[in-house]
Amino acid sequence: MRGLLPHYFLFSLIQAGRLPVNIAMNLDIPLEAKPCHKAVRVPSRKHAPSARSVRITKSLLTQKTNQPPSHGEMARLLKSVASDRSVEAFEALFRFYAPRVRSFMAMKTGDRQVAEELMQETMVSVWNKAAQFDPERGNVSAWIFTIARNIRIDFYRRRRPAFDPHDPAFVGDDTPSAEMEFEQVQDAALLRQAMATLPPDQLDVLKRAFFDDVSHSTIATELGLPLGTVKSRIRLAFEKLRSALEGRR
Amino acid sequence: MNIQHHLSDDLLLDYAAGNLSEGWSLVVATHMALCPSCRKRLSAMEGAAGALLDKVEPVEMPADAWDRMKRRLEGIRIEEVKAPRPAAPAGSGMVFPEPLRSYVGADLANVKWQALGLGAYQVRIPTADPSTQVRLLRIPAGKPVPEHTHVGRELTLVLSGSFHDGDDLFGRGDIEEADDNLLHTPKALPGEDCICLAVTEAPLRFSSWIVRLIQPILKI
Repeated sequence: MRGLLPHYFLFSLIQAGRLPVNIAMNLDIPLEAKPCHKAVRVPSRKHAPSARSVRITKSLLTQKTNQPPSHGEMARLLKSVASDRSVEAFEALFRFYAPRVRSFMAMKTGDRQVAEELMQETMVSVWNKAAQFDPERGNVSAWIFTIARNIRIDFYRRRRPAFDPHDPAFVGDDTPSAEMEFEQVQDAALLRQAMATLPPDQLDVLKRAFFDDVSHSTIATELGLPLGTVKSRIRLAFEKLRSALEGRR
Repeated sequence: MNIQHHLSDDLLLDYAAGNLSEGWSLVVATHMALCPSCRKRLSAMEGAAGALLDKVEPVEMPADAWDRMKRRLEGIRIEEVKAPRPAAPAGSGMVFPEPLRSYVGADLANVKWQALGLGAYQVRIPTADPSTQVRLLRIPAGKPVPEHTHVGRELTLVLSGSFHDGDDLFGRGDIEEADDNLLHTPKALPGEDCICLAVTEAPLRFSSWIVRLIQPILKI
């Protein structure tokens, strides 16, 4: 049932003339061809002809925007947004994350305009909530993913109850906070390395789960695999990631 | 007291990705409020998602994207940096953690139970999710869980007391994941009533009015 909504939504966009039919059609093609990226990029060229922005802020001058900057650098920029309301630091974050968040949004919605709006919402939220970023609980990329995810959930009018670390009945962790923060910085680097070594079939299942916003049974149908195989790929992938993290401890 | 029975990877992944509907999410989030180890696993999964986000092929942005963003920021009033709320005092004596407590509207002491018969009680917890049925169960000490036949997946989280299912023991914070392939006969341990949060797939609606009429009597 959940899968029907986006299609119906797309269908109404096609009818309203907001979305070219070929883009919507592309969505049914398996991910290998990265149809969603293409689908989004084609119309966006129309929007931004030759004068694509080449301005890059100082902090990102040393690296291409495709190259992930260090997590320490990102955390520093975000801290500067939180404490000094630094527009410059925010611009550096925006230049790196906004195109990626827009890609992420486009994968599910398939609509350029909706993806643009949801990206803007996400980045405004990053600006507003910067002070709530807790380096003990994860790195900046993970935090921005959770914001984008929650905005996507809201857009589809779903609810996702969450725990509250300030609740008196909440059972906290004994690990000292300085240690947690250190662990998180290390974990981010280790996770990145470990992800690079995952077999393609396991990585593919994770991508579909996180980005396409579909259930495991939908993934199984799309890949023509039994549900058990999809579940075991998930389990194997996370066993591998966890053992990479535990190797450090 | 240590939690022995945790969330499965695929359930946790669904929650991390935002693909889990409200009913299941409620029990998953309530378990995590009690389980630091599953929260660590969740944060590793969100870390994996963040690493994937870093690697996503970025779309080419409209030339004015940043300028439009900057104009939007100018319209936002400068917010005070909020100091983190002080940690809550330990040992509050509350049984239901958030998000459950808000859903129930009370803690255990003030729950308005409905009798199910044979000493068991339940309270239905309303959600906006029509695909699941969420309720609190109170199983009398030493008695089996009523109505444990179900269609599809069932998640049971122990909040107080304990039950055993075969050789497995489930205490506060433990979660049992069962599907219709598993024939299980959970039974509360003697000495204390067992309070559980149970989520199942919403019961089937039968088309025949005769079946619909006797459905509540048979409790199917």
